Amino acid sequence: MNVISTHIGQPVSRIDGVAKVTGQAKYAAEPHPPGMLYGVVVNSPIAHGRIETIHDTGARQVPGVIEIMTHLNRPHAALFEKSYMDGLGVPGAPYRPLHDGEIHFNGQPVAVVFAETFEAAREAAMLVRVDYERWPHNANFEVALHQKYMPSKTRSNYVPPKPRGDAAAAYALSAVKTEGRYHLAPEHHNPMEMHATTVIVEDDGTFTVWDKTQGPQAVQAYLASALSLSKDQVRVRNPYVGGAFGSGLRAVYNVFLATLAAKMLKRAVRVTLTRPQMFTHAFRPEAVMDIALGASRDSTLQSMIVKGVTDTSRFEHNMENIVIWGLINYRCPNATADYKVAPRDTYTSSDMRAPGAATGVNLLEMAIDEMAYACGMDPLAFRLHNYSDIDAMHDMPLTSKALRDAMAQGAQHFGWHDRSMIPGSMRDGRELVGWGMATGIWDAMFSPTSARARLGQDGRLHIATAASDIGTGTYTILAQTAAEAFGMPLDRIDIELGDSALPECPTEGGSWTAASAGAAVWLACHSLRTKLFAALARCKNAPSWARQDSVKLEGGALHGMNENAQDSLSLSDALSLTGQDVLEAEETAKPGLRGKISQMRKARFTHSAVFCEVRVDPELDTVRVTRLVNAVAAGRIMNPKTAASQIRGAMVMATGMALHEESLMDERVGRFMNHNFAEYHIPAHADIPDMDVLFVNEHDDEVSPLGVKGIGEIGMCGTAAAIANAIFHATGRRYRNLPIMPGA
Amino acid sequence: MRSFSYSRPTTFDEACRNAEHTRFLAGGTNLIDLMKSDVERPTHVIDIGSLPMRDIADRPDGGLRLGALVTNADTAAHPLVIDRYPLLASAILAGASPQIRNMATNGGNLNQRTRCHYFYDPAMACNKRSPDTGCAARGGRNRIMAVLGTSDACIATFPSDMCIALAALNATVNLHGPDGGRTVGVRDYHRLPGDMPWRDNILQPGEIVTSIDLPPAPFGPHHTYLKIRDRLSFAFAIVSVAVGLHMEDGRIACGSIALGGVGTKPWCVPEAEALLDGRPPSHSLFRDVAERLLHGAVADRDNAAKIRLAPRVIERALWQAAAGTPQSQTDKTIR
Repeated sequence: MNVISTHIGQPVSRIDGVAKVTGQAKYAAEPHPPGMLYGVVVNSPIAHGRIETIHDTGARQVPGVIEIMTHLNRPHAALFEKSYMDGLGVPGAPYRPLHDGEIHFNGQPVAVVFAETFEAAREAAMLVRVDYERWPHNANFEVALHQKYMPSKTRSNYVPPKPRGDAAAAYALSAVKTEGRYHLAPEHHNPMEMHATTVIVEDDGTFTVWDKTQGPQAVQAYLASALSLSKDQVRVRNPYVGGAFGSGLRAVYNVFLATLAAKMLKRAVRVTLTRPQMFTHAFRPEAVMDIALGASRDSTLQSMIVKGVTDTSRFEHNMENIVIWGLINYRCPNATADYKVAPRDTYTSSDMRAPGAATGVNLLEMAIDEMAYACGMDPLAFRLHNYSDIDAMHDMPLTSKALRDAMAQGAQHFGWHDRSMIPGSMRDGRELVGWGMATGIWDAMFSPTSARARLGQDGRLHIATAASDIGTGTYTILAQTAAEAFGMPLDRIDIELGDSALPECPTEGGSWTAASAGAAVWLACHSLRTKLFAALARCKNAPSWARQDSVKLEGGALHGMNENAQDSLSLSDALSLTGQDVLEAEETAKPGLRGKISQMRKARFTHSAVFCEVRVDPELDTVRVTRLVNAVAAGRIMNPKTAASQIRGAMVMATGMALHEESLMDERVGRFMNHNFAEYHIPAHADIPDMDVLFVNEHDDEVSPLGVKGIGEIGMCGTAAAIANAIFHATGRRYRNLPIMPGA
Repeated sequence: MRSFSYSRPTTFDEACRNAEHTRFLAGGTNLIDLMKSDVERPTHVIDIGSLPMRDIADRPDGGLRLGALVTNADTAAHPLVIDRYPLLASAILAGASPQIRNMATNGGNLNQRTRCHYFYDPAMACNKRSPDTGCAARGGRNRIMAVLGTSDACIATFPSDMCIALAALNATVNLHGPDGGRTVGVRDYHRLPGDMPWRDNILQPGEIVTSIDLPPAPFGPHHTYLKIRDRLSFAFAIVSVAVGLHMEDGRIACGSIALGGVGTKPWCVPEAEALLDGRPPSHSLFRDVAERLLHGAVADRDNAAKIRLAPRVIERALWQAAAGTPQSQTDKTIR
C-alpha cells in the first residue's frame, strides 16, 4: 500500500501520555463503584493434595467481613474443564478456580475473603487456616525431564520442526563440531501493574468487568463460558494496561473469582493480586536445549541438531517454539530438531514476551558463537557466511529479510570492525572488555481485525476497536494511522480501545497489533471518506465543487482542487449538509487485502542484529553491560519514538534474562521463593547503559496491508545472547546457563 | 496486616514501657512491609517519631553522635559525615534506593530484619519469624544466605550496608529502656542466631536505640566500602567489605574490617584485623587476612559461591583502602 507519510512514520509522543502521568487514565483496580467489596485471595502453601478442613471462624469475626468464598460455598460455575478454555489457552484441562478441594499447584487459590474495606479483607485472609492432605509432588525440573513427552494435541501456534538432510551423519563427518547443553531459568513477567479486576453489577444485572488483560473479548468469552452466562451479560473493559508481557494473555484467576463473587454477593467487588501472588500464575518456562553443530573447515554449517524441553504443568501442555529458529534462519543442509515438554506440579508455564524465541533464539545464538570461534571466524562474518535468504526449514521464500542491512548498519554503528578476535585481549584497567553479537528473529504475524471510524457533528474522528494498549503505544499509532488515512489532524482524533463491546480485535500479543489493528483502522477511515464523498455528491445544497471527484480531505477539512483550490468546507458543515448526525464505517482487515498477500506461499519474520559491550572484573565476577546497539528490520515503522521504546524495553528485559532474572523454585514445596521485587532482580538503571536502536529500511508490501511487521518482541531475541557472547569474548569462559550471576 | 493499636508518645519514659507484642515505628520502611506480609504481628505499635533524636552533633572526643531518627539520606549527606566518615556515607549510599533512604532512619537500620526468602514467607518454616518452627532456608534456595555465624536453627543473612561500616568504625550504640540508658559496642549489638534466631540483637523489651556514637576515625582516605551484588543498584550484598586503615609511612598501623552479605551479623574478626598491625600492604598479607576472616565458613545448598568470592572482594577492598582510592558508589567501575 503506497502511503505518503504525513503522520505515519513520525516520532509522535504518546497521545495518552498526559492522561497517564496525571492519573486520568483508569486502570483495572481504579474504578470505585458504590458499595464495592474488597477481595483478598488465600493461596495454597502446598503443591499437590486435597483440602481437608477450612477454619474460617476467626476470619469471619473480623469486623467488615462479608463473605469467605471457597469451593464449598461458591455459587454455580461451569462444571467441565472445556468451559474454562480461553482464547490463547493450551491443550489440556484448564485450571478451574475454587472448583473443588483438590490442589494442583502451590499458590492455588483456596479461599477469597470479601470485606467492606481492603484492610479487613487482608487481615481476615491472614486468619483463614486450611488443613491439607498432602500428596506426593515433583517440582524439580531435572526430575521432570525424565518424564518429558510430546503432547498428542499440539497448540494451535506450535510449529513442528521439519528436518532436512541427514543431520546425524553430517555431524559425524563434520570437521568442526560443537556440542553443549544450554539452560534458561524460569522467569516471571512482573509488569508494574499487578493483575486486578473490578466488577460492577449494573442495574440490569449485567456485569461490567474492569480487568487487567491483553484481550477483553477473550476474557468476556471465558467468563461467559465458565460462569454459564451469555456474552451480553458480561462486558470487559481494559482501556489502560500497566504492562503485561504475556501475563494477561490468558484469564488470570482474579477475574474469575471477582466475577463469581459479584454474582454470589450481587455487589461490586474488586480483587487485586499482591506482588507475591504475581508468582502464582503465568511464568516463562524453564528450558534446556542440547545443541550440536557441525561445520566444514571453511566455516560452512553442515549440521544442526537441536533438542529442547520446556516445563509445563500436570494439567495442561504448554508448548513453545524453541527449537525451530536456527533451522529457519541458517542455511545448513542437514538439520533436525526435537521438542518435548516436562511436567511439574506447578501452575502452567505461559507465553512471556517473545515466547519460544526469547528462549530458543538466545540459546541457539550462544551456540552459534561457539561454532564461529571453533571455526576461527569472526561471529558476524560466520553468520553472514551461513546466511539464509529463505525460510530454510520450510524452503519458502520470505516477504523480506533485511538482516544483512541490519548486521551491516549495527556493526558500523557499534564499531564492530575494531574488535580483536581473541578472547580476553581487550582490557581497560582491571576490567576485561568483551564485544559480542547475535541475531534475532521473530514472527511477523497478522490477525483479522475490525475497526470502526465515525465522524460526528463536532468534526472529530472517532476510532474504535477492541484492541488493548498494554503500554506499547497502540493509541498513538492508531491515531497516526487514522490521521493519515482520513486526512485529519491528530488532535481531532479520538481513539477508543480496551472494551469487549467494540469491533472485534484479537488479544494483544505476538507483535501483531500494529499490523492488524493498524490495517483495520486504515480501511475503516478510507471507507468513511468514501461514504462522506458519496453523501456530499448526492447532496443538492452542497457547493458544486464539493460534489465532484476533484475534492480532497486534508487537515481535517474538505478542499477543492484546480480552479476551486481556494474553496474549503469544514467537516461539521459537510456533515450538516448531508443531513446526518454521524457518518460511520466499520471494516475488517484480512491478510489478503488487495489480493497481494499470500500467507501460504511466503514466510514472514522480523529480524535484528544486536551488538553488546560488557566489562567484566574476572576476580570479582562482576559484569557491566556498557553498550548495546540493536539494528532492527521490521518493515514499516509506524512511530520511531514508541517503536524504539519498545525495543529498548525488550533489551532491558533481555538484559535481565542474561544477568539477573530467575524465579527460584523450592522443589520441596513447589513454590517460587523470591516472590518480590527485592529478590527477583529486574535490571535497575545502573545496570542499563545508553542503548542505541536503529531501524533499517525494509519495504515490504506483502507482509501485512500497511507493510508493518510489529516490534513488541524482536528486541528480546538475540540480546541476551549478545551479552553472553560478549562475556565469553571478555573472559574466554563460556557460560551456558542464563542468567549469568556472580559465582556462576 | 493485622489490627493493632497505635500511639505516638513524646517522652522516652512513655515510649519505653516494657510491653509484650510491641514494635517501635520509625521510618517504617521495614516494619510496615513485614506487617503487610504477616511476618510481624505486633498488637501495639509505638511511633517514636516525636522523640528528640533527630540531631547529628559533635562529640567532645572529636567523634560524632548520630541521632536514631536522622534519616539514612540526611546522614549520608551531612557535611560532618562526608568530611570525617566518608566510609559511612559510602556504605549508606550503597544500600537500598534513594526513596527508601529518605524514609529509613539510623536506628531502624540497626534493627532491620533479614531478607531471607523463608523469613518473608509465612507459608514456610522459619525459626526467626516463629520460634521453634524449623528453618526451611537450610536445604532450600539459599544462594543469598549466610555462610558465617550460622546455626542449625538459622542461616539468615544480616542485611544492612550501613551497619557494616558502623562495625568497621567501631561505633557504639546508645539505648534507652525501662531501666534507663546503656551503651553497647555496635559489634556486640547484633546476636548470632544460635538456638534463638528470633532475637536479632541485644535489645530488651521496651528498649530503643537513641543514637549512634562514632569514635574519631584516623583513616584519612584509606577506607572503602566495596559491595558485590546481583544487580548494580537496589540489591542486597552477596559480599560486602568495609575497611578502614590507619596508614603510617606506607605501613598499616592498624586496620578495621567488617563483612556484610556473608554473616548472620556484621562479621568482624579481631584476630584477622590484628594481622594488619605494623605490616606493609602485600598480597600475601591480604590473603591471610581474608582467609582468617572466612575461617569457619559453611555453605549450604546454593551459597558456596560466597565462600569462593569473599576472599577476592576482601583483598580488593584492602588494596583500595591501602591505596587511598575508596570505591565510588555512583561510578560502578570497581578499580
